[in-house]
Amino acid sequence: MTADAPRGVDAPPDLVQLLTPEGERVDHPDYDIELTAEEVRSLYRDLVLVRRVDLEAVALQRQGELGLWASLLGQEAAQIGSGRALTTADMAFPTYREHGVAWCRDVDPVKLLGMFRGVNHGGWDPAEHNFHLYTIVIGSQTLHAVGYAMGVQRDGADAATIVYFGDGASAQGDVNEAFIWASVFNAPVVFFCQNNQWAISQPMERQTKIPLYQRASGFGFPGVRVDGNDVFACLAVTRQALRNAREGQGPTLIEAYTYRMGAHTTSDDPTRYRLADELEAWKLKDPIERVKAYLFKNQFADQEFFDKVDAEADALGKDVRARCLAMPDPKPGAMFQHVYTEPHALLDEEREQYLTYLAGFEAGGER
Amino acid sequence: MTTLTLGKALNAGMRRAMESDPKVLVMGEDVGKLGGVFRVTDGLQKDFGEDRVIDTPLAESGIIGTAIGLALRGYRPICEIQFDGFVFPAADQIITQLAKMPLRSLGALKLPVVVRIPCGGGIGAVEHHSESPEAYFTHTSGLRVVACSNPVDAYTMIQDAVRCDDPIIFFEPKRRYWDKADIDLDAPGLPLDRARVVRPGRDVTLVAYGPMVKTCLEAAAAAEEDGRDLEVIDLRSLNPLDMAVLEESVQRTGRCVVVHEAPIFTGLGAEVAARVSERCFYHLESPVLRVGGFSTPYPPSRLEEYYLPDLDRVLDAVDRTFAY
Repeated sequence: MTADAPRGVDAPPDLVQLLTPEGERVDHPDYDIELTAEEVRSLYRDLVLVRRVDLEAVALQRQGELGLWASLLGQEAAQIGSGRALTTADMAFPTYREHGVAWCRDVDPVKLLGMFRGVNHGGWDPAEHNFHLYTIVIGSQTLHAVGYAMGVQRDGADAATIVYFGDGASAQGDVNEAFIWASVFNAPVVFFCQNNQWAISQPMERQTKIPLYQRASGFGFPGVRVDGNDVFACLAVTRQALRNAREGQGPTLIEAYTYRMGAHTTSDDPTRYRLADELEAWKLKDPIERVKAYLFKNQFADQEFFDKVDAEADALGKDVRARCLAMPDPKPGAMFQHVYTEPHALLDEEREQYLTYLAGFEAGGER
Repeated sequence: MTTLTLGKALNAGMRRAMESDPKVLVMGEDVGKLGGVFRVTDGLQKDFGEDRVIDTPLAESGIIGTAIGLALRGYRPICEIQFDGFVFPAADQIITQLAKMPLRSLGALKLPVVVRIPCGGGIGAVEHHSESPEAYFTHTSGLRVVACSNPVDAYTMIQDAVRCDDPIIFFEPKRRYWDKADIDLDAPGLPLDRARVVRPGRDVTLVAYGPMVKTCLEAAAAAEEDGRDLEVIDLRSLNPLDMAVLEESVQRTGRCVVVHEAPIFTGLGAEVAARVSERCFYHLESPVLRVGGFSTPYPPSRLEEYYLPDLDRVLDAVDRTFAY
């Protein structure tokens, strides 16, 4: 492959795939899944709805309503497949791009927008959804997940932990430390790496010389590479890894081989570093189209169903937009809240002084 | 009354915290079988088991990162960083995650994690084993930073730190680990965020914490022979600062010298000096002076007696406050 050749287009070796890009069901010796028509329709609906929320968020950013957005376009199957593999008791630790997993954990999509709009730095209760806050520092959350899993282990709970990160994060020290800790403590954790081929402008070859899933063997636990655009395979492989974790068999690294169809974030311009051919090739592997084809071919859904999902998606998009625009700006005093759990004399004093200062303007004082 | 060294007092405090709350864990490098390189966790693993006293891999970011995860699951980890100079691999987890996660959750999350760090010099150690990194952490909102100076405080402060729902950086004066004191194991301590006047005096207020409290007490004893009556304040809490105690003292004495081992430039002494100057301006007879480390890395140990503030350098600063 030359430096400028399209990346990741040819199917890599050892790829677990259960549904081809053409919508054909294929078998795999180690992984299988039985899904009813209803379950497949439900997965399809998830995929379409999260893509629609994502599209709306990109539009909101372009219109100045969000400061930034990290699009999941192209990674819907990796996120819905793995997200739907979780039980209620399982805990998920996301990066800042897991809007699809958040959807599976019943986090209101509008709550995801808060940090990108700049009204807060997070803003949902992780314990309520068993879905941790978005983490921006690359790879930090892998250690949190391992620690959490060690807690689960100590509690003797029937639960696993999953942590999301990307190909770029695989170069971080924290991720490698997390692998070591999970391995030596046999922690019930699944490392779910979405290899979307690009860490902003850098291709995965800048992060690794071997396939990412093979890293696991050096740490002493299994690694598996799954077609990240195949929601069936992502569901099957993640479900198995979570089950293994719950049963005391320790961690698994899953490399979901996928593609970031959009920019890294709305601040990025991918035309500066990657070829249009690559994007075109990956469009043919679209995670939603193949499920649609499968549903059609097997007569598990008719046009009425697809129209209904599209209409639901449009309504969701409108609703997310309306509630984003209605999101109030925080009051200045809010920045002093929740810094500490217990009273803190310095901060209390600063808040009081600053609010008194601000009140001077409200009383008609001049600057 | 029980006579304990500062190290043993910390051990007794952790032991009591672990007895009273099964969620309290101890974790760090060599804290189990070895009992820590300073033996501060000696015997805890034997009595509480390997699940509660965790010998970790040799990776500081991993210690703090996994402690955060354990805290998210409802545990209260006490992390040991083996030496001050080894905290920096963990700085990212401490500063970007531990300190900020409760805010990020809008108050939904608490992170009751204690990070114990043996600090300071004076033990003839090699590089990275004698540093005073407190200002890096006092500068980080979301953290509380405390420093114990004596066995009695060490015993209660470590228990109070474990009970606190905020993350705490807990500095231990390593060269004072072997100092002894009589401790009433059932007596409550001063609240964690309060400073203490450890020696009342009329002429000058000496402000110190951790290892320098003893140095200042020695300076005060020496000054007494020269007819000067020095007050010594042990800050105990470095963030937040107990300004009420400082203000009351300096308004009485009119002179203030801040003493720490860390470099003076943008050190904690600068903050104390600025705040005391703001609040006690009309009471001050001289500028607030600082005695501390130089703007050099911590020197090779054969030079540390020149680098570390000692009785003479403290008294020299005291003299200078009378020159105005």
